[in-house]
Amino acid sequence: MGDVGAAPALRFDNVSMVFPDGTHALRESTFDVRAGEFVTVVGPSGCGKSTLLRIASGLTKETGGSVHVDDPNVGYVFQDATLLQWRTVEKNIELFAELEGVDKAERARRAAENIALVGLNGFEKKYPKQLSGGMKMRCSLARSLVMDPKIFLFDEPFGALDEITREKLNDELLSLFQRKGFASLFITHSIYEAVFLSTRVLVMSARPGRIVGDFKIPFAYPRSPELRFEPEFAELSGQVSHALRGAHT
Amino acid sequence: MTATVPAVQDVLVPDDAPRAAKKQRHWSDYVAPVIGFGGFIGFWYFMAYWGLKHIWGKPGFLITAPHRVINESFIDGKSRKALLSGLYWTARVSVIGLLIAIVIGMTLAIIMSQARWLERSIWPYLVAMQAIPILALVPIIGSIFGFEIPSRIFVCVLIALFPIVSNTLFGLLSAERGQHDLFTLHHVSRWTRLTKLQLPNAMPTIFTGFRIAAGLSVIGAIVGEIFFKRGDKGVGILLDSYRSRAQFPQMYGALILAAALGIAVFIIFGWLNNLVVGRWYESTRKSG
Repeated sequence: MGDVGAAPALRFDNVSMVFPDGTHALRESTFDVRAGEFVTVVGPSGCGKSTLLRIASGLTKETGGSVHVDDPNVGYVFQDATLLQWRTVEKNIELFAELEGVDKAERARRAAENIALVGLNGFEKKYPKQLSGGMKMRCSLARSLVMDPKIFLFDEPFGALDEITREKLNDELLSLFQRKGFASLFITHSIYEAVFLSTRVLVMSARPGRIVGDFKIPFAYPRSPELRFEPEFAELSGQVSHALRGAHT
Repeated sequence: MTATVPAVQDVLVPDDAPRAAKKQRHWSDYVAPVIGFGGFIGFWYFMAYWGLKHIWGKPGFLITAPHRVINESFIDGKSRKALLSGLYWTARVSVIGLLIAIVIGMTLAIIMSQARWLERSIWPYLVAMQAIPILALVPIIGSIFGFEIPSRIFVCVLIALFPIVSNTLFGLLSAERGQHDLFTLHHVSRWTRLTKLQLPNAMPTIFTGFRIAAGLSVIGAIVGEIFFKRGDKGVGILLDSYRSRAQFPQMYGALILAAALGIAVFIIFGWLNNLVVGRWYESTRKSG
């Protein structure tokens, strides 16, 4: 695990977001994500969770407060896999390296490495339409891994997948997290997913979103899939769920 | 490449993954077109020998029976020679017109895709151009380009341009927001965004535009010949002169060639489409 306590990889300082149409999406949110931390944000739909990530990545400019990102090389995994349909798995995974001007041989090498890492071997030449939902997400993940980012933003990446595939991908994501030591800011609807993955769970209120709960998740990594059936896991999930219910009203 | 994370391998879900579509054809794929063709020929004979006379009380010779059309247009050496040479000229004009329309149309669409104000200022003229009766432009076109081939090509371009611009523009502007975000995150140039995202994303709709434009270009070539009668005799000029001399079998022969040319370009562009986007594009109907 990276050295928790180091300078934050990502810091939100009183960040607010009011869209031009007057929608107040975020209200004075302050938190940070440190190297080796896996921070998950749960909150009611439409509470501005995605806005949080868009601001962190620079896609959207905050209207108040300030955001500090330690290293501009940020991995961003969207809700949809957002693969380019006309590119094979391999070429999709090379995309970011290509946009950053990495040379061809190096691109291919990194792509091959990450294809193996997410277990897409044998699918290099397939097109997105030939992949299942889970495989598309793996591809999307590998595409970001190619740049070896120090911080990863995940916007409900597994929300559209079935339970089994989702749990499987959770396990794999954790093993990647351990191996690479990136800082993560993860967004989800699922309390169990949040508790299972994270070192910390933040609870956001309904719009305008604000952090109303902050839970440390003490379980050591590697976490076994069986953790989901432990009483402490249920206890913590219950606390988060309670806070979330409070946040809805 | 070896699997470095074997734990991951067992989720590789062959049953979760959509299977490659089997290219199995149903018997109806063959029988239906044959029945359709038989019905069409039957209807033609019916109208030629009975329908026209007894339903509308018009002389039957206005519709020539299929076998006579074949005999007098394509078996007869003189007619065949005139018709095939006509086909050549018409095909040539429509292909040149189409290519010019593709270059101009795609360029316009790319320009329009770059800024909303450009789109808004060019669009009305394209729509208007589409609606203008070309007949009214014959004097001006003729005085500039003459009354031979160049004017016919001009008519083709005029007619074929609109679907190319509209389909290309629609395709360029229809890349998903999430896909645009990927490119925005990496601070790419407009050119990179255009060539690596918007254009490839637009290929399926661009080809739909080409297909429509190809058919229109054939019409443009024929209409152009009817307006600009000088120069090499294409199908349109032949049609017009057979009509005026009441050579109905040959006139229908020319019609068949015009239709065949339309079908040929349609098939060629369908084939090109499959070649370029068939591998990755997911259309809603699974074509066999």
